[in-house]
Amino acid sequence: MKSLVYVDHFKGLVQPASWEALGVAKSLGTAIAVVFGTGLDDVCNTAFEMGADEVLLADDASLVDYRAEAFASTLVSISTSQSPDLILLPTTTRTREFAAMAAVDLNTGVLVDLTGLVSEGGQLKATRPIYEGKLAEQVVCSGKPVIATLRARAFPRPSGDPSRTGKLSKVPARTESPTSLVGYEVAEQALSVSDASIVASGGRGVSNNPALTPPSGLDERGTEIWRAQQGFKLIGDLAAILGGAVGASRAAVDGGYIPYSHQVGQTGRVIAPDLYIACGISGAIQHLVGIRSAKLVVAINKDAEAPIFKVARYGVVGDLFEIVPALTEAFKQKRGK
Amino acid sequence: MKIVVCVKQVPDSEAKVTASGGLISWGEAPLVINPFDEFAVEGALLQREAHGGTVTALSIGPESGKEALKHALAVGADDAILISDPALKKLDTQAAARILAAAINKIGSVEMVMFGRQTLDDGSGITAAQTARVLGWPMLGLVGHITLEGGSIQVSRVIEEGRQNVKAPLPAVLSIVQSIGEPRYPSFIGIRKAAKATIPVWSLADLGAPAPSVVVNRTDLITPPSREITCELITGDSPRVIAETLVDRILAEKVR
Repeated sequence: MKSLVYVDHFKGLVQPASWEALGVAKSLGTAIAVVFGTGLDDVCNTAFEMGADEVLLADDASLVDYRAEAFASTLVSISTSQSPDLILLPTTTRTREFAAMAAVDLNTGVLVDLTGLVSEGGQLKATRPIYEGKLAEQVVCSGKPVIATLRARAFPRPSGDPSRTGKLSKVPARTESPTSLVGYEVAEQALSVSDASIVASGGRGVSNNPALTPPSGLDERGTEIWRAQQGFKLIGDLAAILGGAVGASRAAVDGGYIPYSHQVGQTGRVIAPDLYIACGISGAIQHLVGIRSAKLVVAINKDAEAPIFKVARYGVVGDLFEIVPALTEAFKQKRGK
Repeated sequence: MKIVVCVKQVPDSEAKVTASGGLISWGEAPLVINPFDEFAVEGALLQREAHGGTVTALSIGPESGKEALKHALAVGADDAILISDPALKKLDTQAAARILAAAINKIGSVEMVMFGRQTLDDGSGITAAQTARVLGWPMLGLVGHITLEGGSIQVSRVIEEGRQNVKAPLPAVLSIVQSIGEPRYPSFIGIRKAAKATIPVWSLADLGAPAPSVVVNRTDLITPPSREITCELITGDSPRVIAETLVDRILAEKVR
């Protein structure tokens, strides 16, 4: 089976699920990596290391910034000249969109956010969660190529072989797009909650530390946010010692404690980390939906009745302002050994 | 400014959803407007308030399925249209996009089409982009803020890395996210108005559209094994003791 694998990146920083997609493509046959943008030698080299048989680079300045129409048209053009059986992409905000648009042009289907993909007698059978993960469906696509986006961390990541190289070919971009870029406001968090294998998360409870004396001159709301930010510092320390990312509940985001990019849950990001540490999060259903696929959930909450304890493997009923710093310290010591 | 907002009705998020014999059931749980679509309705109403015009709610579904449209009317949409046809029982996203595009063309002079980012049921989150592609209009996805100026629209898109601000000419298709603002609640008068409203039903013949072909098909439904988790509460004399016990437990699980 011949697959194109789109390597999704933002300013050269690759969404790691791209490599997971490359691994799936390799297991099915020939894997051709597709890269959009300029100055991406490192990305192309890593694609070879991760197993790409060939890399197609649409080396065009107009593909440096994502615009749905240009990305869709370029993918369509590459697909038309390559005639792949399968186009694989990691599920990201970008790929959902332009893969869907490319599918319209190619008159085929998109199987979105897969957690499983196998070939049975040449027919691809995909598994994807539906109804917020309450069910999963098996789906097939009768169009060609089959286009599929893969959920981050649902497939193994290739270990990579630094000595591997291969043939890099440039392919033309199709740059027509009615949208033009105005600019970015880039979030400060380097590792996104979707990619992190460990996420330490804070909820409304992070603003309730009675031991703190807020600086004078703040109004009531300013004081609340200041308190919450002190709380998130503790969670940030814990995430940092574990090499993880900081998450947040909707209550914390709505409270203005932390930007939306951190939000975990139905209206934020649905994540699948190996370890999820919920601090001061009560566990509203919308939040629990977002962590259903977490492998190990640990909850720290003052309220022993909080629903978060129903999904947690380990829990501490206690004050997060005491427990979280102690946890950071304990990880520092025990992991050092 | 004529705005169309596309909505879907889904089982309430609290519903216990089960599969049996290839059919999905949600018991007695109520059908509600897809929660993500509430942000789209809010976005449409905000634009109408700022620039005048009308908001039309549009949905595809069985004739019994008017709850999402009624919700949109109750919070302030001017009118609602249901697309319903026996030939539309089985749809994939692209088929839905072709039907919605046909309806948007039939409504005519539409300048903005708004969607929620995804539905609770299928969750693909791609119908907006496919509708834009079928219409040949710009796709502005995951929009958290909108500014209109002359015939063009500038939006702030909420992406993994932060926000991307882009500009495009109208008409355009948008998917709207939570940052747009908290959806308003239906008023008492709104609920009365919605209950009395006659919602026109358009068939494929009304749209002058053929039954679209479906390329994505479900072959099986799987109920994920329920994870019986018993929470072990860690206790101790001091935060330090609790933390050390907890770290030992976590490390023993070999999560990393």
